[in-house]
Amino acid sequence: MKTVNQKAWFLVLPVLLLVGFSALIPLMTVVNYSVQDTFGNNRFFWAGTTWYEQVLHSARFWDALGRNLLFSAIILAIEIPLGVFIALNMPRRGPGVAVCLVLMALPLLIPWNVVGTIWQVFGRVDIGLLGHTLAALGIDYNYVQDPVDAWFTLVLMDVWHWTSLVVLLAYAGLVSIPDAYYQAASIDGASRLAVFRYIQLPKLARVLTIAVLLRFMDSFMIYTEPFVVTGGGPGNATTFLSIDLVQMAVGQFDLGPAAAMSIIYFLVILLLSWVFYTVMTRNDGHPQAHNPQSDRP
Amino acid sequence: MRRISALVPALYIVLLLLPVYWLVNMSFKSNAEITSGLTLWPAAPTLRNYAVIFSDPSWYRGYINSLGYVLLNTLISVGAALPAAYAFSRYTFLGDKHLFFWLLSNRMAPAAVFALPFFQLYSAVGLLDTHLAVALAHCLFNVPLAVWILEGFMSAVPREIDEMASIDGHSFGAFFVKIFMPLIASGIGVAAFFCFMFSWVELLIARTLTTTAAKPIAAIMTRTVSASGMDWGVLAAAGVLTIIPGAIVIWFVRNHIATGFALGRV
Repeated sequence: MKTVNQKAWFLVLPVLLLVGFSALIPLMTVVNYSVQDTFGNNRFFWAGTTWYEQVLHSARFWDALGRNLLFSAIILAIEIPLGVFIALNMPRRGPGVAVCLVLMALPLLIPWNVVGTIWQVFGRVDIGLLGHTLAALGIDYNYVQDPVDAWFTLVLMDVWHWTSLVVLLAYAGLVSIPDAYYQAASIDGASRLAVFRYIQLPKLARVLTIAVLLRFMDSFMIYTEPFVVTGGGPGNATTFLSIDLVQMAVGQFDLGPAAAMSIIYFLVILLLSWVFYTVMTRNDGHPQAHNPQSDRP
Repeated sequence: MRRISALVPALYIVLLLLPVYWLVNMSFKSNAEITSGLTLWPAAPTLRNYAVIFSDPSWYRGYINSLGYVLLNTLISVGAALPAAYAFSRYTFLGDKHLFFWLLSNRMAPAAVFALPFFQLYSAVGLLDTHLAVALAHCLFNVPLAVWILEGFMSAVPREIDEMASIDGHSFGAFFVKIFMPLIASGIGVAAFFCFMFSWVELLIARTLTTTAAKPIAAIMTRTVSASGMDWGVLAAAGVLTIIPGAIVIWFVRNHIATGFALGRV
């Protein structure tokens, strides 16, 4: 049992000050802007919910939100199963493990705009291997002009960039399963599918929750990589919420609408993450209670 | 069966390394060779692109800047997170759960939302264009993450050790530094790894808060290239050089990655 100790607040104080400084003050600035209007000269007027209404009624916002949701959905649908599949096939011990882990983790540590640069070059028809190969195969591929190709490039880039995170998480979950479970399963003559369904998947539930949450949040906030590769184009085909937001705040300096959009954006992420989290942890314990032996006749 | 199963990770790694290889390949080519046609390896390998970077202070200072604020951030994040994680793992106190979730919710804040207010905040306190500004700003998402990871590792250490140390007459500070921290050394390593990683790869905030004196290499890359009209070779070389620090860091924590993911809650 944990002991009750109110003095523990002193231990938390540094973190509180640090994050408070970096989170609360900027957030209050955003809230401030979102309810005020300005005509320059640093003079502000109360605007109420005008900006919120404007954002919520603009097709531009809903389009960007839709593109973001679609992107996150595609990313999750590809990366989670692929990551689990690769982790299942990784060696458990031996010298190969370290090599696998190091090489797989490499894309995670490349600065995001360099990731964008790599794919911008890689996909070019004239000097990129991918673009050139596709062109040689007779496929009309041009991510600068064709929206479908732009999406294909961005999805491929994100899968390349982040699937390893899912692999590492899933692998960590798999390694933590005691050998006794597998022995029991093999005595019972369980098929590989049954082992996966009744032993590995339930044990992976926790890490997969984290993987889905992290991948959802990060793909929903994505900015740098698509900005470098497509700049939001062609047209608005890959203008995600954050690209739109930066354009509005820094490019056009529409502080009010940008701030209102920031708040709505943040709330959408919080809400969706919370929904994911509740849905995925609701069944916690049920699969674990399932005894692999009892399922076999 | 086993052979097929070894094939999957091998194939995946090859696909992962292909774009990276392409960048390395390009970094050793001259611009004339890059634009004239597609070659799978440099026909006339040249170090010119790297020479350009290492002989120009405006280029190589970017690396020093990036490394500077990343290391500073890692230090601050892990240093502040250690006592907090201990508090969360050992004690119950008023509002502890709410505090924990508030901390984590900062991990969900899009950087785009904070770019402008950060700029105003740090110019108000006079920290703009310093390494400290970027290091502090990155604490927004790194401190919660470090607390989260360290809390998982600390909770795996039996509570009896704390009690025994206090019976033996160790003060809390001495116990924490001399006995407890060595016990969670791999956890500290993993937390530092993640702080390094997320600070190293982030660009939007880093670019917003810096103009010249602390500008990260990744930002210099984009600017110089657009100004001098696509110098592909130098761009590729600069990209390759940004991959190297990450690769070194992974190599150091390679034995802890898997355990780190399992024990910590990330």
